[in-house]
Amino acid sequence: MANVLVVAEFSEGKLKKTTHSAITFAQTVAKGTSGSFSILLIGGGAKAASGELAGFGAAKVLVADDANLANYVAERYAPTVVATAKGGFDVVVTAAGAYGKDLMPRVAAALGAGYATDISSVKADGGKLVYKRPMFAGNAYGYCEITTPVQVVTVRQSEFAPAQPTGGNSPVEAVAVAPAGAGADRVTFVSLDQVKNERPELTEASVVVSGGRALKERFKEVLDPLADVLSAAVGASRAACDAGYAPSDLQVGQTGKVVAPKLYFAIGISGAIQHLAGMKGSKVIVAINKDGEAPIFQVADYGLVADLFQAVPELVSEIKKRKSA
Amino acid sequence: MKILVPVKRVSDPDNANKIKIPAGGAKIDTTGLEWKPNPFDEYAVEAALRLTENGATPKQRGGEAIVVTFGPPETVTTLRSALATGADRAIRVDSTDEILDGSLVAKSLRALVEKEKPDLVLMGKQAVDGDSNQVGQMLAELLGWPMATFAATIKEEEGSLLVGREVDGGVLTLRVKLPAVVTVDLRIVAPTSVYSKQTAPTFKYNDGVRFAALPAIMSAKKKPLAEVKLTDLAPDASLSIKYVSYEPPPARKAGVKVKSVTELVDKLVNEAKVL
Ligand SMILES: Cc1cc2nc3c(=O)[nH]c(=O)nc-3n(C[C@H](O)[C@H](O)[C@H](O)COP(=O)(O)OP(=O)(O)OC[C@H]3O[C@@H](n4cnc5c(N)ncnc54)[C@H](O)[C@@H]3O)c2cc1C
Ligand SMILES: Nc1ncnc2c1ncn2[C@@H]1O[C@H](COP(=O)(O)O)[C@@H](O)[C@H]1O
Repeated sequence: MANVLVVAEFSEGKLKKTTHSAITFAQTVAKGTSGSFSILLIGGGAKAASGELAGFGAAKVLVADDANLANYVAERYAPTVVATAKGGFDVVVTAAGAYGKDLMPRVAAALGAGYATDISSVKADGGKLVYKRPMFAGNAYGYCEITTPVQVVTVRQSEFAPAQPTGGNSPVEAVAVAPAGAGADRVTFVSLDQVKNERPELTEASVVVSGGRALKERFKEVLDPLADVLSAAVGASRAACDAGYAPSDLQVGQTGKVVAPKLYFAIGISGAIQHLAGMKGSKVIVAINKDGEAPIFQVADYGLVADLFQAVPELVSEIKKRKSA
Repeated sequence: MKILVPVKRVSDPDNANKIKIPAGGAKIDTTGLEWKPNPFDEYAVEAALRLTENGATPKQRGGEAIVVTFGPPETVTTLRSALATGADRAIRVDSTDEILDGSLVAKSLRALVEKEKPDLVLMGKQAVDGDSNQVGQMLAELLGWPMATFAATIKEEEGSLLVGREVDGGVLTLRVKLPAVVTVDLRIVAPTSVYSKQTAPTFKYNDGVRFAALPAIMSAKKKPLAEVKLTDLAPDASLSIKYVSYEPPPARKAGVKVKSVTELVDKLVNEAKVL
């Protein structure tokens, strides 16, 4: 019987969708072990979002809302997560984004707990939890068990579909904010510079249009019309981000974002294994590359050997034509 | 500034698709793959060198960069190559990957930090074999130090660092007072990513990591390299995670090449039904 604590992600006054993937994990574990789960919502002004979490079947929605938590800093958030987890929880989970990956190993160390990141599935096996996680840029999956009394994990958003409301009305309870941890007095939040993005979130979009080094300074000019007509999110290879053609937070891959949309376009991307690690789970992959030998064609369902500067505008007008037909 | 840089060797990450998983899934077989330093750790070494020099006169050291690895005797090669690019001395903690996990590496590093008393532990955000992304954060917690993970930029100030972190949706900037733990992301080796106090703000580095010249490779052989037993750092060497089996990823079935944009759209509409 496992009791799971979901740490919600709340930032800039909003509950993040990543939270719903972590809830799906918690529902799965609670069901598989006849256990239960609660959700910890933490952040300055977070209380306002507690209602959004009441309908998922959680035993409790715990809220730590304090002006000191206005901006996320791991050293300030971790102690409250740790104190809450010590109240009888066996598994602590959040989604494997930048937030979870920053916070959770710190929480694990404070709890003396083992940690597994980027979980892609979980099985309750005779009371034991076995986690599946990708390794070696997705070229192997490992099945692992955490052997400490408390277990800390982060889950892949692309593998745990967002939880749907189950009805019910979980009680909302305030929890005390724990005193800031060691080191907290030596770190200050300076700023959060967010990239403006009117498109769907990369990790949530059902269509992703990604571009590589080949796009050069024309990255936006060439890809935006295609993304517009498909209501797609835009992604990029490391080379495109490094060169400044695309903002860094669009990087798809082993060490960037992991996506699994219904349809993925790799345009002017060679298909290095570090890139494949972030998009191989897509349902349908389309590659446009002028080099017929590019490795991306080995994973593409549909490959077009062509100059992208010609092919992409043509593709845009062809899709528009069919849409209006 | 005195900087400790943990460096792990990994099997050639550019050929990770050539690893084998024997039937039964008892292990991951990497035979045939070359050992390489974890790329993120190479970036951390480069960043450490930049923080301990004036970019305009890199031959003159303005601090100390100590590299440390946990591995068998052959991992001395990994340490020597870091020394050849400019690190000042090295430590090998005798162990093998099989008897380590992230928690244990973090606990051992804590003991080493207490002995060496660096101002900064600078390391990769993740080792690209296990892809765990955990040791730096765990170490910071165990030490009670502030941390800045996924650093894309570091600027040294008086007694502190201004760190630009790559997060979902943008860049989050933190100021951490030393001593601290910083883990680095890919773009830390861009020309204007790292500035020590000595380096002029107008200075631009070459993109990427520096390479070792032949004389430096020779003189690296004379730089100090200490060896330590794992049990001296972590008397309790129990593991907190146990891998029970492995499996290869599902293979994608080979696709087709289309001849034109019209054919592509036809297939997407009629065959894949995704448009
Ligand atoms: C530690 C580490 C982590 C990494 N993590 C990531 C990651 O998370 N994500 C990632 O993407 N990469 C990552 N990489 C980098 C990866 O190894 C590749 O270098 C990178 O993906 C290459 O990007 P690219 O395909 O855009 O560029 P290139 O490899 O240069 O490919 C450009 C492609 O464009 C094609 N092309 C050129 N002109 C045209 C044209 N006019 N029309 C059509 N096609 C054209 C070329 O044929 C070529 O295939 C990582 C590397 C390291 C070392
Ligand atoms: N065996 C090791 N030897 C030296 N450093 C290590 C070792 N394992 C992990 N590290 C360090 O911890 C960082 C993060 O690794 P991980 O948390 O395993 O992804 C790496 O980039 C290294 O700096």
